[in-house]
Amino acid sequence: MSDAERKPVRSIQTPMRLTYHYTAGIATSRFLHGIAEGRILGQRCPVCTKVYVPPRGSCPRCAVATEEEVHVSDRGTILTFAIVRVPSENLDVPLPFACVHVLLDGADVPFFSVVQGCPLDEVRIGMRVAAAWVEPDRLAPTLQSIRWFEPTGEPDVPFDQLREHL
Amino acid sequence: MAERCAVIGIGQTHHTARRDDVSIAGLVREAAERALADAGLDWGDIDAVVLGKAPDMFEGVMMPELYLADALGAAGKPLLRVHTAGSVGGSTAVVAANLIQAGLHERVLTVAFEKQSESNAMWALTVKTPLQSAVVAGAGGYFAPLIRSYMQRSGAPEDTGIRVALKDRSNANKNPYAHLREPDLSFETVANSPMLWDPIRFHETCPSSDGACALVLSSERAATGGAHPPAWIHATAMRSEPTQFAGQEKVNPRAGQECAQEVYAKAGITDPRREIDCAEIYVPFSWFEPMWLENLGFAPVGSGWKMTYEGATAPDGDLPVNMSGGVLSSNPIGASGMLRFAEAAMQVRGQAGAHQVDGARTALGHAYGGGSQFFSMWIVRSERP
Ligand SMILES: [Zn+2]
Repeated sequence: MSDAERKPVRSIQTPMRLTYHYTAGIATSRFLHGIAEGRILGQRCPVCTKVYVPPRGSCPRCAVATEEEVHVSDRGTILTFAIVRVPSENLDVPLPFACVHVLLDGADVPFFSVVQGCPLDEVRIGMRVAAAWVEPDRLAPTLQSIRWFEPTGEPDVPFDQLREHL
Repeated sequence: MAERCAVIGIGQTHHTARRDDVSIAGLVREAAERALADAGLDWGDIDAVVLGKAPDMFEGVMMPELYLADALGAAGKPLLRVHTAGSVGGSTAVVAANLIQAGLHERVLTVAFEKQSESNAMWALTVKTPLQSAVVAGAGGYFAPLIRSYMQRSGAPEDTGIRVALKDRSNANKNPYAHLREPDLSFETVANSPMLWDPIRFHETCPSSDGACALVLSSERAATGGAHPPAWIHATAMRSEPTQFAGQEKVNPRAGQECAQEVYAKAGITDPRREIDCAEIYVPFSWFEPMWLENLGFAPVGSGWKMTYEGATAPDGDLPVNMSGGVLSSNPIGASGMLRFAEAAMQVRGQAGAHQVDGARTALGHAYGGGSQFFSMWIVRSERP
């Protein structure tokens, strides 16, 4: 036995790959069909009246089913954000980018996305943004249909009006 | 009336970036053997084993509890695996304590680990799901916006996070098991370190560590006669909340507030800041110290940063926090919660060496996980309940 064979094996690479099949369920299917038509659909809780988007078919606060469908705007306000400068193998966007929580007009929970179309140092809490959709012929029942959010140029929303969502 | 339960043995590895001299089994066994030695016990004295770690996808080892059963001496005994994301080390210790408190066992070995050098946590936490683009870059990408919310809400001075990082890294220099030792770290070095997930800087972020922690818990009958005094568990609590709901307080989660209220009530604590001598709380990014000080009721909402700023959480302050150097200095994720619980127990046993808080008699161990949605806590004391 040579010396090399006696040395401990300190690392073996074993790649794994998984392809998942996701069943969206009733509420999320409606949402995804809406996305394929360029519309954002939420659901309103019959008890607390809050609007969830994407809808999951129930309100976690009230533990009741949500059925009333609500058309939510594709415009909204940045609640908070981070500028991501760390690489990760499976990120969808090139670095650096602004990862944002957007409160869509008519919704009560934030939507996670990225902002493009302005310098990163202009991204701020209260900034108004709108969804940038893919070309109409490329719309599909997937969130990839919204490429990112872009500033609208509307006046900022004061922080006090956003406080309850932070 | 539940049985009394005590920590009678504590063991951990020297946390570091890469332990390629041992397998995962070797790593957990090292911590377990130290805990058994500390308790003056042998494998045969253990009635049951409770194991915790973060998601299987990190190291890619499916059901590590199967692979580790023999290394943990669990053949012929009950073996249970607990999973609550980053809080798992804490909730694993709580489950182990519950088995004793329920009167099922006399002595339980509980172990938690992560071998980050064999894993890719950034990849595992940047998952693309049908309803979310892969834009949340790891844990930092998730928590950075929450930190920005806290900064905006509280109006805290911008250097609060830098001060936390300096304090925790300075504490780590006194802990022989800590991963990061940076005796020359200065305010300027932290302040000028690159923004990874703005507003989180490189030096305000936890490292990626390989490490394990183990505790031997015992009933009152089996608690005496060891080489070291026991740490008595006066209260445990766990809480969870949904990932996302309207009106959710992501900066100051309700699950954390209620978990703290329960653990204080069970321990008979009405004024936590005055009655608790020191606390080990789960702070993976520096700004979570002031955020959790508020969530845990040590400071009014919006003013946790003042405790940090005024030095109240320093080793010589009135509530030392993260005496071990905390998650900011060592982060074997699955073990990180148990390390907090272990440090609290070491403090009330007078076993913490250079990072011992003089006269510590009551200590809090705290862990959180997921998107700030799992919480686990315990209160340990030198006195029997
Ligand atoms: Zn509701």
